[in-house]
Amino acid sequence: MNMKRKSPRKKGPIFEVARRLAKNKSAMIGLAIVILLIVVAVTAPLFYSYDEQIIKQNIGNRLQSPNAENLLGTDALGRDLLGRIIYGSRISLYVGFTTVAFAFVVGGTLGALGGYFGGIVDNIIMRFMDIFLAIPGTLFAITIAAALGSNIRNLILALAISSVPGFARILRSSVITVREVEYIEASRAIGASDARIILNHVIPNALAPVIVHTTLNVATIILTIAGLSFLGLGISAPTPEWGAMLSDGRTYLKTHFYMSLFPGVAIIMTILSLNLLGDGLRDALDPRLK
Amino acid sequence: MWKYIAKRLLYMIPVLLGVTLIVYIIMSVAPGDPAKAILGDQATPDAIEQLREELGLDDPLLVQYGRYVKGLVRGDLGISYKSKGPVIDEIIARVPTTLYLSLSATIIAVVIAIPLGILAAVKQNTFIDGLSMFIALIGISIPIFWLGLLLLVYFAQELRWFPASGASSWKHFVLPGIALGFHSMASIARITRSSMLEVIRQDYIRTARSKGMPYKQVITKHALPNALIPTITVTGLQIGALLAGSVLTESVFSLPGIGRLIINSIQGRDIPVVLGCILVFTLTFSIINLLVDILYAFVDPRIRAQYF
Repeated sequence: MNMKRKSPRKKGPIFEVARRLAKNKSAMIGLAIVILLIVVAVTAPLFYSYDEQIIKQNIGNRLQSPNAENLLGTDALGRDLLGRIIYGSRISLYVGFTTVAFAFVVGGTLGALGGYFGGIVDNIIMRFMDIFLAIPGTLFAITIAAALGSNIRNLILALAISSVPGFARILRSSVITVREVEYIEASRAIGASDARIILNHVIPNALAPVIVHTTLNVATIILTIAGLSFLGLGISAPTPEWGAMLSDGRTYLKTHFYMSLFPGVAIIMTILSLNLLGDGLRDALDPRLK
Repeated sequence: MWKYIAKRLLYMIPVLLGVTLIVYIIMSVAPGDPAKAILGDQATPDAIEQLREELGLDDPLLVQYGRYVKGLVRGDLGISYKSKGPVIDEIIARVPTTLYLSLSATIIAVVIAIPLGILAAVKQNTFIDGLSMFIALIGISIPIFWLGLLLLVYFAQELRWFPASGASSWKHFVLPGIALGFHSMASIARITRSSMLEVIRQDYIRTARSKGMPYKQVITKHALPNALIPTITVTGLQIGALLAGSVLTESVFSLPGIGRLIINSIQGRDIPVVLGCILVFTLTFSIINLLVDILYAFVDPRIRAQYF
């Protein structure tokens, strides 16, 4: 039997980060709201029937102010606003996370390759990125959505393309800072391949700023998609999308203000929680920045 | 210094060419025939074919693009499909509105953000700090169009303090300026706070305090000028966000600016106008970035000594 007492040894880096994050109250509030949003979005079909309650018009019940049956009231076509807002979270979160995942993989790969190899590879990649960085992201998304038609797939593509340069830049600069450290030199000395070094050493060490950027980028994407839908260039009726719902409410601003109010509150809550979480992660991953 | 500026200006050319090429390709692969869009549904196939020839739409894409760039060099952005007038004239007619909007947004953002950031830093970890940063966080999270609608309903329709639409006096730009500027305010306030916090801890601040200088004076005379350098950068970068945000703001407040022109032209498939607007926005964005870098060197002798 092993009777040795546990020595107080240092826990792993992930544990350290989690501990620091758990101590940050506002980050925990942010995390709680994000988790709540995800749970609500995932379980929504258990409470609402998409075809019967979210999409189907019920003119007899239109423009009801918030009441016991429809907690947040109904819209101009008699649909329950709460249900539509809940279903809206599915769209926003789906678009937000898919877009960022795509941008992360493409941008991250390009940035890591440029940063690792340097020289002409780096030059070509980054000059190409400069072109995309020069166009304000929302405008670029508007152009693509307008040209190719605004369905969810095209919107994700448009937003992802405009998010790629951000990821490429961040990963590149992180990779450049870790490239010259001694343990990379050591693994090269024992004959590790480029791919192995990038995947096993360079990327894990460059990940901290990327995680923060990812969290904040999801927020930006959700805000942009709402803006595009508000302009009529994003996700269109009858799909419940927050920006589009907010825009629908414009006709009834004077009499039924809640129609624009509640989708806005949903957007703010989402963006706020992601920002709280992102800021907390930044402090937890790099205490020096605080 | 001049060499650096010239280099940066020259570098802008390939970037802008790249931008136009990408946008040109995207707009060209879009379904729909511009000739049909101009002539309407009633047009005969002959008339459409004739117009296609006039516009050079049957040429290969690269030939069309080459023609576009050739015009660009002479300051010719092409002819609007819809109004049949030069695109450049349409854009110029709308520049003042977007300019006033961005200007009022920037002024509102800076006037609120800098005191907020300084206050938060000086009173670090107090209630005031928490409140300031919470306001900044709200600013980052609130959608421009939603804040715009709130302002519109309350201050224009209920209280009637400001007009709800149009762009004929300074009063028309107050509410849109707040809606658009609030978002930038948040980023500027946060960076002011963090750079102020960094500066306050420096030795020369301690020296200034220990020689008996009043705290207020230490902050305004010694700390602030140094802390404002990152603020300038962020303010400059925010102008890019303002340009994109102007599309939304102009839509909410029915302002006849470039942002509205883009949306209307996209809906009307008026490709030359869309291209022209995006080019103008991109050019403005690039020039502002350059100006920020130059200004940076101007206010910070350390950087000036290093690069110029």
